[in-house]
Amino acid sequence: MSFQPTTTFSGTADAGSLEVSLGPHHPSTHGVFRMNVRMEGETVVKLQPVFGYLHRNHEKIAERNSWLAAMPYTDRLDYICSGTNNWAYALSVEKLAGIEVPERAEYLRVIVGEMTRLQNHTAFLGFILGDMGAWGSALMYAFREREKILDLFEELTGARMMLNYARFGGVRCDVPKGWLEKARAYLATYPAFLDEMEQFLTGNEILLSRLQGIGVLSAERAINGGISGPVLRASGVDYDIRKVDGYGVYPRLKFRVPRGEVGDCFDRFMLRLLEARESLKILQQAFDQIPEGPIVNPAVKQRGFKPPAGEAYGRIEGPKGELGFHLVSDGGEKPYRYHVRPPSLINLTLLEEMCLGSKLADVMVILGSIDIVLGEVDR
Amino acid sequence: MSSLSPQTVLDRIHAALPQARVELVNNPSPSGQHAMLVHREDALQVAEFLKNDPELLLDYASNVSGADYPEYLEAVYHLYSIAKKHGPIVLKTRTGDRGADTAVPSLTRVWKSADFQEREAFDLFGIRFEGHPDLRRLLMWEEFVDFPLRKDYVAPDDYEYEPTPHGAIVQKAAATQA
Repeated sequence: MSFQPTTTFSGTADAGSLEVSLGPHHPSTHGVFRMNVRMEGETVVKLQPVFGYLHRNHEKIAERNSWLAAMPYTDRLDYICSGTNNWAYALSVEKLAGIEVPERAEYLRVIVGEMTRLQNHTAFLGFILGDMGAWGSALMYAFREREKILDLFEELTGARMMLNYARFGGVRCDVPKGWLEKARAYLATYPAFLDEMEQFLTGNEILLSRLQGIGVLSAERAINGGISGPVLRASGVDYDIRKVDGYGVYPRLKFRVPRGEVGDCFDRFMLRLLEARESLKILQQAFDQIPEGPIVNPAVKQRGFKPPAGEAYGRIEGPKGELGFHLVSDGGEKPYRYHVRPPSLINLTLLEEMCLGSKLADVMVILGSIDIVLGEVDR
Repeated sequence: MSSLSPQTVLDRIHAALPQARVELVNNPSPSGQHAMLVHREDALQVAEFLKNDPELLLDYASNVSGADYPEYLEAVYHLYSIAKKHGPIVLKTRTGDRGADTAVPSLTRVWKSADFQEREAFDLFGIRFEGHPDLRRLLMWEEFVDFPLRKDYVAPDDYEYEPTPHGAIVQKAAATQA
């Protein structure tokens, strides 16, 4: 790849470039993330991400503990979406050991997983407005709704953010009495909130001019770069792991997979809004269909769990993209190899390509539109 | 998802590239994800074939991870096809040993998604990916010397410790005062 400057903002081409270190404490880097940016005038001609400020070697810690002990620690990867992190790990272990999951548990996973997606995409709306300079208002509106979902999580699991909900072959606890009705009643008010947000944001001229045509990513590059989740679909690729793999009870639930056309920041923004509406549809169906029954496979011994020797790769469609776990067992009480496929890190692979030729102020919006969490990037 | 067995893939590779050294590695797990072990000298050629063959079209290298075994280090690629919606196909390459001979070819030029992930495997396992455009440590700092995810890695008592000239200065002062 060449770093030919496209245009210079002012002066002559040999006016010299300026190198700026953005972060690790920049408020729009969503955590401790740093970018070394070289600019000609105000145009980005080179960008190098710097990782590792939040590195604690999650994988090594998981490999020295029991299989179950890694479960609460997966909460801390993408700490906005702990419900889906647990699910991905449990699903991978179930693949590794060939464990069946009872039907009710599958539905509970879908309910928690889709509520997680809903609150992630809601928070995203607030964050990206912050990245554009509209600090506060949008974020507060988004967080007001997210709080109510966290209240429901608290009632279900005892924790607002670190749910630790999935277990090998099921989930940890059943819903309290009246919880499903309460959740259903609350989520019935959600479309009105999304309409309100859309009315405030989507038609706004400043928002449109800050998002449209910025950070365009082609479908071909996105596939080659391993981009996944909403960012991949915003580039027009029809690839949703819920449809492709059909894990859990997703084949029984009707929903559409939204796609973008241009692959710019606006498509990525709109895609979250559309996906949130699809999640609401999935949730309504899950509330209708959830059967009575056991919530965990009684044959699985959670403590002292020993899967047979072998390896497996399992993945789910997380709110940020493909969250996968590559696990190797030697038949013992600890994972021999435990690897996380972090969508937040891999979605940054093409950050430089997306930013080249943009203005410095757009770099923050492009980064925000990818939607990363540093707990997962650095692990 | 349509299924694609590793044996089918292997047969296609053998038909198109008869000289390539690829073998099936049995995976006893119920996951049934049997891997294809490719000799490192043929890895790049096989990777290009897997990506471009019209029947396979494995255009999406989703996951890259390293692994440490007593005799060798292993780079594992989980490949999917977005065009054909099949996968995963597990591709493995192995180093000669865990000491001096730890090079395998980088597949970043085939799948850009391997870029950061190969850097991570280099950082934490010490697998040297030859031909990688920018093989630097990803998560640990540049000055770090060991590979933390290897099984024989011993963590230091204090990661914060840095040698300072204090000790030498105190000794010198003590010597002049004696």
